[in-house]
Amino acid sequence: MPSERDHSPTVMRQGLRVVGHAIRTEPGIFTGAVVSSAVYGIMTVGSSWALGWATEHAVLPAFREGHATTGTLLTAALLIMGVAVLKAAGVIGRRVLAGVMQYRMQARSRREVTRQYLRLPLAWHHRHPTGQLLSNASSDTEAAWAPLAPLPMAVGVVVMLVTAAAAILLIDPVLALIGFLIFPAIAVLNLVYQRRISPLVMRAQQLRAEVSEIAHESFDGALVVKTLGREDAEAARFQAKADELRDANIAVGRIRGLFDPLLEALPTLGVLAVLLFGSIRLAAGDVSSGELIQVSYLFTLLAFPIRALGWVLAELPRSVVGWTRVQDVLNASGSMEFGAARLESSGPARLEVRGLRYGYSPDAPVLSGIDFEAEPGRIVAIVGPTGSGKSTLTQLLVRLIDPDAGQVLLDGTDLRDVAQGELSGVVSLVPQQTFLFDDTVRGNLALGTDGDRHVPDEKVWAALRLAQAEGFVSALPKGLDTRVGERGATLSGGQRQRLALARALVRSPRLLILDDSTSSVDAQVEGRILHGLREGSPDSTVIVVAYRMATIALADEVVFLDHGRVTDRGTHDRLLARCEGYRNLVTAYEREEAERAALGADEEIVA
Amino acid sequence: MTSQVEERSTTLRVEDRSALGTFRRGLELSPEFRVGLAGTLVLAVFATLGKVIVPIAVQQVIDRGLRDGTPDMPFITQAVVLCAVAVLLTALCGYLMNVRLYRSTESGLASLRGKGFRHVHDLSVLTQNTERRGALVSRVTSDVDQISTFMQWGGLMVLISIGQLLVASVLMAIYSWQLALVVWGCFLPLVIALPRFQRWVARAYTQVRERTGDMLAAVSESVVGSAVIRAYGSEARTARRIDAAVDAHQKAQTRAQKIIAFTFPITELVGALAIAGVVLLGVELGIGGTISAGRLVAFLFLITLFISPLQTATEVLNDAQNAVAGWRRVLGVLDTPADVADPGEAGVTLPRGSITVAFQNVGFHYPDGPPVLHGVSVEIAPRTRIAVVGETGSGKTTFAKLLTRLMDPTSGRVLVDGADLRAVRFSSLRERIVMVPQDGFLFDGSLADNIRYGRPSATDDDIGLAMTELGLTDWLEGLPSGLSTPVGQRGESLSAGERQLVALARAYLADPDLLLLDEATSAVDPATEVRLARALDGVTRGRTAVSIAHRLSTAEAADEVLVFEHGRIVQRGPHAELVRQDGVYADLYASWSSAARTS
Repeated sequence: MPSERDHSPTVMRQGLRVVGHAIRTEPGIFTGAVVSSAVYGIMTVGSSWALGWATEHAVLPAFREGHATTGTLLTAALLIMGVAVLKAAGVIGRRVLAGVMQYRMQARSRREVTRQYLRLPLAWHHRHPTGQLLSNASSDTEAAWAPLAPLPMAVGVVVMLVTAAAAILLIDPVLALIGFLIFPAIAVLNLVYQRRISPLVMRAQQLRAEVSEIAHESFDGALVVKTLGREDAEAARFQAKADELRDANIAVGRIRGLFDPLLEALPTLGVLAVLLFGSIRLAAGDVSSGELIQVSYLFTLLAFPIRALGWVLAELPRSVVGWTRVQDVLNASGSMEFGAARLESSGPARLEVRGLRYGYSPDAPVLSGIDFEAEPGRIVAIVGPTGSGKSTLTQLLVRLIDPDAGQVLLDGTDLRDVAQGELSGVVSLVPQQTFLFDDTVRGNLALGTDGDRHVPDEKVWAALRLAQAEGFVSALPKGLDTRVGERGATLSGGQRQRLALARALVRSPRLLILDDSTSSVDAQVEGRILHGLREGSPDSTVIVVAYRMATIALADEVVFLDHGRVTDRGTHDRLLARCEGYRNLVTAYEREEAERAALGADEEIVA
Repeated sequence: MTSQVEERSTTLRVEDRSALGTFRRGLELSPEFRVGLAGTLVLAVFATLGKVIVPIAVQQVIDRGLRDGTPDMPFITQAVVLCAVAVLLTALCGYLMNVRLYRSTESGLASLRGKGFRHVHDLSVLTQNTERRGALVSRVTSDVDQISTFMQWGGLMVLISIGQLLVASVLMAIYSWQLALVVWGCFLPLVIALPRFQRWVARAYTQVRERTGDMLAAVSESVVGSAVIRAYGSEARTARRIDAAVDAHQKAQTRAQKIIAFTFPITELVGALAIAGVVLLGVELGIGGTISAGRLVAFLFLITLFISPLQTATEVLNDAQNAVAGWRRVLGVLDTPADVADPGEAGVTLPRGSITVAFQNVGFHYPDGPPVLHGVSVEIAPRTRIAVVGETGSGKTTFAKLLTRLMDPTSGRVLVDGADLRAVRFSSLRERIVMVPQDGFLFDGSLADNIRYGRPSATDDDIGLAMTELGLTDWLEGLPSGLSTPVGQRGESLSAGERQLVALARAYLADPDLLLLDEATSAVDPATEVRLARALDGVTRGRTAVSIAHRLSTAEAADEVLVFEHGRIVQRGPHAELVRQDGVYADLYASWSSAARTS
């Protein structure tokens, strides 16, 4: 991957290829922008010619002869205005079309990248940090197409320069020579400028992001920072980064301060040279006063636009980096393959897990040799110590990830053979970490169920009732239409969990998987939920990850997981009797109480 | 309802200062801006003078060098060389001015960021209203960036533009007041219309910003919600939402671009009008002998000096507006008094050792809110284990926040070893009392970095020992790289239960005299929880432990249980006693017990 500071010819060539891709995608718009820009370029030269013409034919004769012809004066005025109108039209066309092109390409890339995000398997997401994926879709797509903004202008400037060169050559070779010295010098100086400054600007940008990251992290962890009394240490960490940013910005300022005045001084010196040598040529009779004014004026006009060439070149390395990152996402393979099998649409499902193995890295399996089954309509509890792989197992059961070995079978069909989109209509997972979309309660529950057909309100309310969420949802200001999620109403952790549960229940899944999904709910409320599940959904097979005894007690069978293996399985009573690890885990509270009681008894005896 | 209460409690100081007032207060808080300001301004004046060199040279050459048709070469040479030297000198002034400007503004802004950041950590808003955190981050980042851009670009442009317009106008008036009137007559309507253009542009930009926010939010759902989207097969719906947001963003961008594209060339058109006017009237005046040819031509060059300042004016105005707004917001944070302030040097430093806490008739309500806690009086004896129980919203968490001094009571006092909590230095308080919140927040780094967070001097051996004491070695060994395992941003590479283990180890290693656990083991398995609870009680070490929990196993193990209801302590005493009484506790216990028991 090219580094952000790289200005080597290879990167420039790659950059031009990126630009070429955009031109091939939007040829019409690009042509329009370039034509407009050419009009602008020619008219810029034209305005100096109009001024020269006015000076030569209207102003100077009038001063010499003491009278002026109205016709010539009017022609001069109209010429000046006419050229200006055409130039303005060129500017408008160029700017509008350049914007249209840039934003279209940006939006296109964003859609493509996010489509990939939705298509690629969860395992791919696990390998890429959230922050990186977000910047791929935002700042990288922006950087990739950033050169498109100044590109038409740059093309127009080339036209402008060619026209100007021709115009000056026609006037006088000596003055042309000055132009041929000054303008390439400006272009080269500006290129040097852009090359020196763009890595500095990029570094400042990077530091700005880092400063912001520290602030985010530190404020998010405020409770920890505060209760451990680490505010000063955090402030020092932040200040160090802020100081780095300060120095980076000052470095930018130093380069800007050096080149900006130089770039302004060069054309001014050019005009002065034109005045000096032009006067000599004037004395020799080789140029007229009007032409002298025309060339001087042209120099002042060209001074600024010529910098556009540098802008495009400066954007190219950043663009290549952005483009490469976007392409990495677009070319990512490892899509989830789907079969063609269809599943029954009603009645509880039968789940069978055979020899399952999975690891986030190949040498350290999180799960291995997992075997168990859940008969239709049964409730199976998965119990195990913290970090034993329970959540990973639930992800395998709904095929968010595929196993390294072994199979998950639903009604005897391997999940990998099931047709795309089929599984989510049959199986619902309520994950441990609640995620609500920035949408209404209704939208969060429906999530486009039934192929977007309207989910009747009664069904939504029924699910909310079962999830013990009916009460607080009906108390929300707009009921089902209240926005929740990031920027919505404030809900407690327990309320959010209950909405997530209702989201699963509204689908009447044939297999319901609950991953410790009532941890923030009060014991009484949880009891009501579990009772409802037992009584109210005979059409579901339920897999539940739990620690609480009430939940486990509901289960027909318990699968005990330890260090990524099934240590034992059977009814709760059986496991309690024969499996020590299980006993230790689930009776921890009682043993604790018993010990304390014994201790209390001892004390009483002693007393 | 809770959200309303929080809203009231977290109002930052509202800033209603005028632009000038903001500026004045800003300079007061960042004296760095003023360092060498006079010199920088003088340099700016000289740099600006460079702009009129060309028109003057043109006028001199035409009127004096080429007067009689035969060029006066010695004069022209002299004039050109003199002007060239002047150009180089003004360029040098420009360089020096830029460097000084960047140095002083950046130094001021870096310290403003630092002050703002430190101050935010002193505001209780941060720990009470999680929704406001993003906004607080902007105060020390993008808001300051806006001031920075303005000072180095917009503000500089204002200075240079005004200087340029002024110098050009003065020279014009000297050359010919009549033509100067023509030029101003053309440009004045534009100057008057500029604020209107700026409003259009600003509105368009605001829309772009809003659409950008929506777009980023929609895109982030596809990443952050990737598991839920797949589990529920809602890819198509998410794609539609993203498309809508991306399209709206693109539309807003294009619209803003159009507005700018159409307003931008107006200045050049007005410039051409002025040139045409000057030519027409100038020729008349020239024939009458009131103006020389050189002066007339110099006007044509002077008019170009009007164009660039007015062309950039809308953007400069925008920039200025954003900067003032940003500055106002930053000052708003800095001028919000730290409601829970560190007494600092003047405060009490308490010796380490066993700790006594007393709540004396403590009441609390958020500003303009109903009381959350009233008349709470309780004493926590040294070396005891206290459990705090109650329904959601009963005041448990408020009790915890007052005990750790995340907030101050609105009435009554909290005493630690006889000293009012408000008089105790933070450095001393944080050493003695540490809270472990439910959400085990971790910093991006290794496991060891996080465990060491509260005691940076701890060695790997210290950490190892702590993990052994907590009974976590088994878990630690199961991790791929042990203590050097990276936890990821906010600890997202670990499970919720594992994050809580790390948070506990972190507090344990900090070794406070009072440890406050706010549902700190809610996602941990029972066996580990019991093991942790024993290790954390640490009664033998003279430590007091206060636990808020809805698993009542904690209450059973405690020396004393405090039962909260509607902001009051309604029952207190050991578990065995309370469970026999009719009351809130017996009810809570019954429902928990039925859920947690084997039989």
